[in-house]
Amino acid sequence: MVEPILRAINTGKIYPGGIEALRNANLDIAPGEFVCLIGASGCGKSTLLRMIAGFETVTSGQIVVRGRPVTGPGPDRGMVFQDYGLFPWLTIRKNIAFGPIARGKPKAEALATADRFVSMMGLDRFADSYPHQLSGGMKQRVAIGRVLANDAQVALMDEPFGALDAMTRERLQEELLTIWRATGLSVVFVTHSLEEAIYLADRVVVMSPGPGRIVAGERIMLDRPRDVSSPEFNDIRRHLASLLHADHAREAA
Amino acid sequence: MIAVVEALPPDTAPARIDITPLLRIIVPVVLLLSWWGATALHPGGLISSPQEVGTALWDLAFGGINDDAFSEMLLPDLIASAGRVYGAFLLAAALALPLGMLIGRLRIVKEMLEPTLQVLRPVPVTAWLPLSMIMFGIGPKSAFFLVALGSFYPILINTIFAVRSVEPRLFEAAQMLGVSPARLFTKVVLPASLPGMFTGLRLGLGLAWVVIVVGEMTGVQTGLGAMIMDARQLSRTEIVIAGMAIIGVAGYLSDYAVLALGRRLLAWSPQHG
Repeated sequence: MVEPILRAINTGKIYPGGIEALRNANLDIAPGEFVCLIGASGCGKSTLLRMIAGFETVTSGQIVVRGRPVTGPGPDRGMVFQDYGLFPWLTIRKNIAFGPIARGKPKAEALATADRFVSMMGLDRFADSYPHQLSGGMKQRVAIGRVLANDAQVALMDEPFGALDAMTRERLQEELLTIWRATGLSVVFVTHSLEEAIYLADRVVVMSPGPGRIVAGERIMLDRPRDVSSPEFNDIRRHLASLLHADHAREAA
Repeated sequence: MIAVVEALPPDTAPARIDITPLLRIIVPVVLLLSWWGATALHPGGLISSPQEVGTALWDLAFGGINDDAFSEMLLPDLIASAGRVYGAFLLAAALALPLGMLIGRLRIVKEMLEPTLQVLRPVPVTAWLPLSMIMFGIGPKSAFFLVALGSFYPILINTIFAVRSVEPRLFEAAQMLGVSPARLFTKVVLPASLPGMFTGLRLGLGLAWVVIVVGEMTGVQTGLGAMIMDARQLSRTEIVIAGMAIIGVAGYLSDYAVLALGRRLLAWSPQHG
């Protein structure tokens, strides 16, 4: 087996005040793997993602990226937020060039890199627009583009398509898969849509609340592009739904 | 989920008459007519009529009517006042912007300075007048101080608020793209708070024009405030009103210029662009 690019080892998070957001999570991500974290709110999926990003401290266990423990945010782990987090004072082109410039690349080189990703994300017409002039789907393309332009090895995506309408969401899912295949990026993708998880992921990790923990990991063996209405897809959906709901039932009991 | 519908093209209905200029002129015309009516009904009253003020304005600008101490003084007085307004405003901005950023971002500075500033802030500029004349003497220095003081607080308060209310998400975004904590200030805080600081500067400059008359009560010889004070002592009400009108127009034009500048520099901000 290949050395994982990212490992969470017995990772736990207890917030000051005693709320346990995550208990004893173990997760290995292989290079180039696409993993979806799914679960009801309070299952710790966003906490785990934010700890991988380095925005939250780990209170037990550790998170290791390419052999080194995570101590804070870094450009090797690019984050795509649900609310975009674009810099409103920069044009689209300069938003994408922001990372390379921050890491000390010469400005001309950074802008040339940015132009490549502006084109890749289909944003040529908007290169000199500001974020507030773009639709949600366009903004999310910029957010993905800036993570790619910054040579991130792992993309951390926190319900990135959750605020988009259904059609835009499907288009972006498709584009994300294309980019993922082309770049060999590792992706950790948080969602609460079972269909989205099964459609996108190599592996779906099911999490459950009270305290947050990982309850199952299912490899999705369907060929891509996947047909969400096929019987095989539905079998997997039923199976994962039962894992999600089993837990609710126990909770209620 | 809200479906994204392409925005409809701007109103393409058959050409309609734009009534905006009409809307803008109604209130001034009504006010002017009421003023004229009121003074016409009380001839010889204490308030001058629009015609008298108009004549006074002409004489202030070009002379040739009264040929007294006020004739042809509009330009020199306007220049003197504008010099004080902009000078004092720049001084206030030079102090309030950095101070506001420090108070807004550094807890230790906030705890040390904020209580003092909050107690000093409600003290009106007029209340500072006697003290200012003792500290800075009778004359332009005192005027300068008072105008700067009036313009200082709106810049300070808006700067504090602007640097404090930067969206936390932007710090996360910058850090995950490789910005070190030490550089977050220049890469995120400063650009993100420009619109708020701009609002403070605009209010501060506006207030400088408001305070200029009080400032020029400190015994300065020139300036629109000094002109109004002299006219008041001589019961030249038409000059007083002419002076008020000049300050109003000057303040308006000054604000218009600042606003246009803001629109250029802050095109990225939905509030300004």
